[in-house]
Amino acid sequence: MIKITFYLFSLILIFAASRVITIKNPVHAALFLVLAFFSSAAIWLILQAEFLAMVLILVYVGAVMVLFLFVLMMLNVNFDTLREGFVRHLPLAAFVGAVILLEMVLVVGTWHHALPTEVATGSNTAALGSVLYTEYVYPFEIAAAILLVAMIAAIALTMRPHTRSKYQKPEQQVRVRREDRIRIIKD
Amino acid sequence: MDTLIYLILTLLKIVVILVPLLLSVAYLTYLERKVIGYMQVRIGPNRVGPRGWLQPIADFVKLAFKEIIIPTKANRFLFVIAPMLVLAPALAAWAVIPFADGWVLANIDAGLLYILAMTSVGVYGVLIAGWASNSKYALLGTLRSAAQIISYEIAMGFALVGVLMAAGSLNLSAIVSAQSGSLLTWYWLPLLPLFMVYLISGIAETNRAPFDVAEGESEIVAGFHVEYSGLLFAIFFLAEYANMILIAALTVIMFLGGWLSPFQGTFLEAAFAWVPGIFWFLLKISVILFSFLWLRATFPRYRYDQIMRLGWKVFIPITLVWIVVIGIAILAKLPPWFN
Repeated sequence: MIKITFYLFSLILIFAASRVITIKNPVHAALFLVLAFFSSAAIWLILQAEFLAMVLILVYVGAVMVLFLFVLMMLNVNFDTLREGFVRHLPLAAFVGAVILLEMVLVVGTWHHALPTEVATGSNTAALGSVLYTEYVYPFEIAAAILLVAMIAAIALTMRPHTRSKYQKPEQQVRVRREDRIRIIKD
Repeated sequence: MDTLIYLILTLLKIVVILVPLLLSVAYLTYLERKVIGYMQVRIGPNRVGPRGWLQPIADFVKLAFKEIIIPTKANRFLFVIAPMLVLAPALAAWAVIPFADGWVLANIDAGLLYILAMTSVGVYGVLIAGWASNSKYALLGTLRSAAQIISYEIAMGFALVGVLMAAGSLNLSAIVSAQSGSLLTWYWLPLLPLFMVYLISGIAETNRAPFDVAEGESEIVAGFHVEYSGLLFAIFFLAEYANMILIAALTVIMFLGGWLSPFQGTFLEAAFAWVPGIFWFLLKISVILFSFLWLRATFPRYRYDQIMRLGWKVFIPITLVWIVVIGIAILAKLPPWFN
């Protein structure tokens, strides 16, 4: 039963992932990516990694892809112009692709760990938390710091000082009293 | 054979949950029109059936027989599938809701995460509906809705982090059990700021007044579902009310003690011991739902930039500070909640 489920979700995953890069419309591509995320979350659930599966949906489907779609819908990209440079960029792209493939083969090929003979029992959220904040606390903190730097950089790049634009200052609005705005001429 | 029996039993349980849920959705629309009607010194629907009780059914029949119009140049497939994508997560989330002690379809460990994941997926229906309609108003409504839901989800998530810290579990039944004691040991008291943030964010997540800029009848006609008609339109409304009930149920489970009796730990406990847990659960949900309707009748719509300011600059800092406070309270084993 589990095998059938696994192959079903794997097939959907492969189909969705290949459609992401072959389909013309960028919004459809993003939606296929969402489908791919869902299928991989399902596969993780089969491995009883429920925390990772839920977080994948929560973070990538629920937040990242929504923002992606948000941008795609506003951009109104004409994909034909994007495709024009395909042949010209092919050698470089093929080279990068080959390097990535080589790296993955090297990393995955040296993976000598045997498959887990038994799946985790109990709450793996708690188990993950206790390892993440003790054994792996430094990598965890470093990852957090990198994300923080990226966030600050993004804000610094996009935020321009308000020179002439008018905007409201809520703290001043709240402080306004009746006497500031109306004057009673005659009772 | 065992698998088959298990499947049939699960399907039956799903029916037992969904049929009352859809019925309450239908009558929540009736209740909303009545309650708001009385608050505005009107009578509300009173023509169909005795006191208007058949109004939701009449509404449904009317919508079911209307033509479904698909705009030219709309993306047909996505246009039709979008309302279902709004409704499905709203119903799927009910799988982990405990109605009473042990009355739960799937008592999974990561229940709280599952709920968060399901509620965050609901935005896709709105996004796709607005985009597939190929209409400017619909797209505007969609963009507003997506930005709003993303912003408030963060505050909501942080509020849930507080609950998870206090209960020490992601399992919804365990969260309710951790609150047992009395009315004062429910989490609304130690997590009061998070409770308020969660409730208000919940209204924003369901696109309800005063946060209903995604529909904004007076500015962008009806927002993301302006092009929808007939049954597809009805499904959007079904989803909105199902989401309201879901948010109310979650608030009750996480802050108001779920199925626990409010008289626990007082001299009235024995007198009310015969009342089943599900009664208290439904009663609390009804109170929260009534407050949602009350809010809609009371407040004018927020301006869009004010919504964003409230979400990012008020709610998120409040939740962050309160998470630290709870951390300290747990370390100090503050009675009666964390000992």
